[in-house]
Amino acid sequence: MSRPDAYIGKPIERLEDLRFLRGRGQYVDDLECAGALHAVVVRSAVAHGRIRSIDTAAARTLPGVHAVFTATDLGAKVPVIPVRSESQPSLDQAVQPVLAHGKVRYVGEPVAFVVAETAALAEDAADAVTVDIDPLRAVIDRAGAEAGDVLLFEHSATNTAGRFTGVRGDAAKAFAAAPYVRRERFRVQRYAPVPLETRGLLARWDAHAERLTLAGAAKVPFWVRSVLAAMMALPEQCVDVIETDIGGGFGARGEFFPEDFLVAFAARRLGRPVKWIEDRREHFLSTAHAREVDCELEIACRRDGVILALRGQAWTNAGAYIRPNVASAPRNIAQMGAGPYRIADLHMEVSVLLSNKTPTGSYRGPGRFEIDFCRERLIDLACADLGLDRAEMRRRNLLTDAEMPHALPIVLPHGKGGELDSGDYRVTFDRCLAEIRWDEKASLQGRLIDGRYHGLAIGCYVEGGAIGPRENARLVLDSEGMVTVYVGTSALGQGQETVFAQIAADALGIPIEHVKDVFHGSTTCVEEGFGSFGSRASVMGGCAIAAAAEKLKDSIREAAAARFGCPVSAIEIIEGMRAVRAGELQLPLHELAGRELAAEGTFAAEKRTYSYGAHAAHVAVDPRTGQVEVLEYVAVEDVGRILNPSTLHGQALGAIVQGLGGSLLEELIYDEHGQLLTASLASYLLPSMDDYPDIRAVALELYPSPLNPLGAKGGGEGGIIPVGGVIANAVACALGDLGVQPFELPLSPPRVWQLIEDARGSRRQAQRTAR
Amino acid sequence: MKLPSFDYAAPSTLQEAVSLLGAHAGSALAIAGGQSLLPMLAYRLVAPSLLIDLRRVPGLDAISVTDEGVCLGSKVRWCDVESDARLRTAHPLLAQAVTHVGHSSIRNRGTVGGSLAHADPAAELPGIALTCDAQIAVAGALCPRTIRAEDFFLGPMTTALASDELIVELRFPAWPAARRWAFEELARQRGAFAIAGLALYYDLRDAAAANVHIGVFGAGPRPQRITQAEAALNGRVIDEQAIAAAARTASATVEAIDDVNASAAYRRSLVGTLLERALTRAAQG
Amino acid sequence: MRTTLHVNGKLVEVDVEPRLTLADCLRHELRLTGTHVGCEHGVCGACTIIVDGQAVRSCLVLAVQADGASIQTVEGLAGGDALGPLQTAFRRHHGLQCGFCTPGMLMTAHALLQAEPEASEARIREVLSGNLCRCTGYVGIVKALLDARSAYARPHTREAR
Repeated sequence: MSRPDAYIGKPIERLEDLRFLRGRGQYVDDLECAGALHAVVVRSAVAHGRIRSIDTAAARTLPGVHAVFTATDLGAKVPVIPVRSESQPSLDQAVQPVLAHGKVRYVGEPVAFVVAETAALAEDAADAVTVDIDPLRAVIDRAGAEAGDVLLFEHSATNTAGRFTGVRGDAAKAFAAAPYVRRERFRVQRYAPVPLETRGLLARWDAHAERLTLAGAAKVPFWVRSVLAAMMALPEQCVDVIETDIGGGFGARGEFFPEDFLVAFAARRLGRPVKWIEDRREHFLSTAHAREVDCELEIACRRDGVILALRGQAWTNAGAYIRPNVASAPRNIAQMGAGPYRIADLHMEVSVLLSNKTPTGSYRGPGRFEIDFCRERLIDLACADLGLDRAEMRRRNLLTDAEMPHALPIVLPHGKGGELDSGDYRVTFDRCLAEIRWDEKASLQGRLIDGRYHGLAIGCYVEGGAIGPRENARLVLDSEGMVTVYVGTSALGQGQETVFAQIAADALGIPIEHVKDVFHGSTTCVEEGFGSFGSRASVMGGCAIAAAAEKLKDSIREAAAARFGCPVSAIEIIEGMRAVRAGELQLPLHELAGRELAAEGTFAAEKRTYSYGAHAAHVAVDPRTGQVEVLEYVAVEDVGRILNPSTLHGQALGAIVQGLGGSLLEELIYDEHGQLLTASLASYLLPSMDDYPDIRAVALELYPSPLNPLGAKGGGEGGIIPVGGVIANAVACALGDLGVQPFELPLSPPRVWQLIEDARGSRRQAQRTAR
Repeated sequence: MKLPSFDYAAPSTLQEAVSLLGAHAGSALAIAGGQSLLPMLAYRLVAPSLLIDLRRVPGLDAISVTDEGVCLGSKVRWCDVESDARLRTAHPLLAQAVTHVGHSSIRNRGTVGGSLAHADPAAELPGIALTCDAQIAVAGALCPRTIRAEDFFLGPMTTALASDELIVELRFPAWPAARRWAFEELARQRGAFAIAGLALYYDLRDAAAANVHIGVFGAGPRPQRITQAEAALNGRVIDEQAIAAAARTASATVEAIDDVNASAAYRRSLVGTLLERALTRAAQG
Repeated sequence: MRTTLHVNGKLVEVDVEPRLTLADCLRHELRLTGTHVGCEHGVCGACTIIVDGQAVRSCLVLAVQADGASIQTVEGLAGGDALGPLQTAFRRHHGLQCGFCTPGMLMTAHALLQAEPEASEARIREVLSGNLCRCTGYVGIVKALLDARSAYARPHTREAR
């Protein structure tokens, strides 16, 4: 790059804000479409059962109803939704049909699809569909799944759909020789990303051109296109999947859901555009849930706190079907147990269990949040056993710059490993201790002040980012020197348009105002794209844009060199991409290249980047009510290179508050029949503005990633990963004198109160026994 | 979550509203602010054939403060209660409780009558009405009647209101200036449903508590008085010992439910804690 | 039913089914899609608009109930194309990410600051706790409101009406 960065690293105000702040965003339900029909999904009210009959006759006769589809309308073979990542043959055995047939396996499973003139009429008709189901016993939890007397898929002999095993060194040997070991059971509850905009789709079928357009896609539009094209027996180039403005994703939204097919199918069958907007109740029943995991984790240490090995087993409750991205969490649990610590030997086996609950998917920091909670809790327990300082023990085990790159455990069955790329994990840790004033607050630990116990905790994490395989971008330069950016990553509200405009402007040496527009996600933007997940979009998309910029400049230089008859090295691009010069010779760009110039760039990555950091919290716990107040929460991260400090800060703060929600508030609760009891925002609580007022995030750029020219690492997920462990450790610290040790989230007032009651009970018991 | 189909009428007199209700008895519902009814409609938990909007009915939106006490017309909104400075002395318990109802934009439309008729066990106003021996004046096809709060709330979302009756007014007895009182509530976050809440007041006679009223909402299937704790406190000086004993009694005698928010055991303990805190606060004056 | 609304200063007449919420009326009948619908049961606050000077949830109002009412939506928050002071503050302090909760936040904030231009941080957090945002963690939104207060300050009198 010919000049120092003018935009990268600066808190550039967001370009997308200009439309969002004036109510001009275009979310999928905002799209106007003349003649569009509206669809509503009829969902199973029973968690597990055999479908005896579906009576649609009454619904079909209602006013305004155009069609009621059931599985029998979909042809001889009902399409199934394939696994997108980390597939295994056994996982592929448990994929979801787009409409249930034969059996239903969760409350909320689509059994019919109603299309009518308006959404209200469609809902009236959906109410008139009678689904007769012969109920079977529901599998709810690990015990039920492992018992195996009730099977979700009778053709399979087990409810265990797959297994991931993380291996490094020889854990068995290390444990056999270790002077100290401790094993504990942990549980992370089922909860969900719950973006504020529900899912929605608008499909149009152009019969003349045999072309399908599906708007409302997010996250992985290119993958959705390839799946949809296959299901509809269309060539991929006849399907356009269009990304609209998206009201938040956080992992759940944009994977292939049954509705992606159903809406498209109905539009083609009926020859009319069809719109479907998920309502909040069905969002809770149908969009991917996440997290629910039982884990037994065991740590082996020397008496001085050096961690020798980690091993254990975990069971993720995947829900009723293996959806496209069920596997990220178990895979990461298997691999990332050691987190940022130097732990030579690791063995972690993770089973993926089926149950009669809503299928799960990815949620920000998948698997990492869960295993971080278990490991950080276990470290605090080990500290207590060994009489070690919690900060000192962590510091002793954190990886340093000299140990980079650091090989990660191999994950079976695929055998993939990877390595931590760069960083000194003690630096963010020390900064975090300073930010929370750890030493100053040390005397507060466990103290009762005005009726509340105070507690302090710190925890660490690494965040995998910039996942490959590659990403593509195209830059188009017009004769006015205005640039349009097209990129294959998606935007879910993070501010990608701004960050990409910054990168493009710096790469081309133009004012950011000359970046006319940034188009992302849609399959019409570039030939091939990979989407937005795993903290990849800014790094991968950004590097692809930078690569495209270099190609664009190269092609201009080559053309100018040919025109001027001089070497390429003599060519200068000047006036903000509007002219070229070689010595005395100068030419406006449009005379050299005509109306428009374009270049494409690709950035490929085989290895992932790893941001890292530490979080600390100070809490106060009311022992009478079990209420936990977060008095202060601090996060420090090193992201290698900060592209836009303002949007990065927003990612960190937003992720922290989501983590606090998952640690203290949010839970999807089922009864024993598989009914979801929290299918409204009145019963499923999201953090509000009043809940966690004192949170801070500090971003550093100390150790750039060696893996990409920007030096950037992903930054979207780190804020959530360690929160559960930090909060639970802070509560344990606060209630240390009462003997309370939380092993399960969320730490709601009733749960904390129950822990205190149980601890009192067991102390009384112990005293009685002692006597 | 589109609402089911219904007809709509906006009568301009109470008489007309009552006769419409009578004519569609059982299938018509009255709507004022709609802050409880619209979510029920959205989840299709109710399917009325007719909604009778009271917005044009005059005379139901007054707050009156007299020597007899405080009267709230059924169309009085939470924000009206909040902004009426008289109530801070005329009925401080009511004024305080109302700030816990939902969020401010809910309080801009939600009404007294709507909350009473909805009878959510976790709602503040039914709890206050019961605690304070309030009376609910209703109009119906036959003749107007007054229902005591203790006879009004029958169970979750169930009241003594007949299907052709409308709430007209909520009447609180006069509030002596020297009265001691407190309000305590635990919800998991601001605006969320209370896991339990507690309101109490008493008057001082020769330094001892008299006329003790303790009401609890959110803990059981309907608002309830903690009569044994009231009896134990009447005639006693409210000191640490009395408070502790009353809290134990409240925990032991409160009717508590298990639900998705909390266990009955938690609620019993919580009610004791809330009572202890409320009494301590009230005793401080 | 024939219903008359004054929306962002304009008188409009619509013919709606009684069951249509004001939110859906604004969005689909009047094509004012800036008002977003996040839950349809009155919890998330995304659909908050200003009706007769007060912030209300347009998913909890029937369009027919608003007959004759004066309504302000996010589209009417700034005059013309420029951002108003509240919107500018949201942008400056990164008070939005995906933008879905933003119109409801803006309208709740606008009603609050009009009534209480000196609202404290605690008061802001209290009043806006009825508007959920899943992206920002709220820090930028609070800063934006604190910053925007000066634009709402009334030099002479605290009486609004």
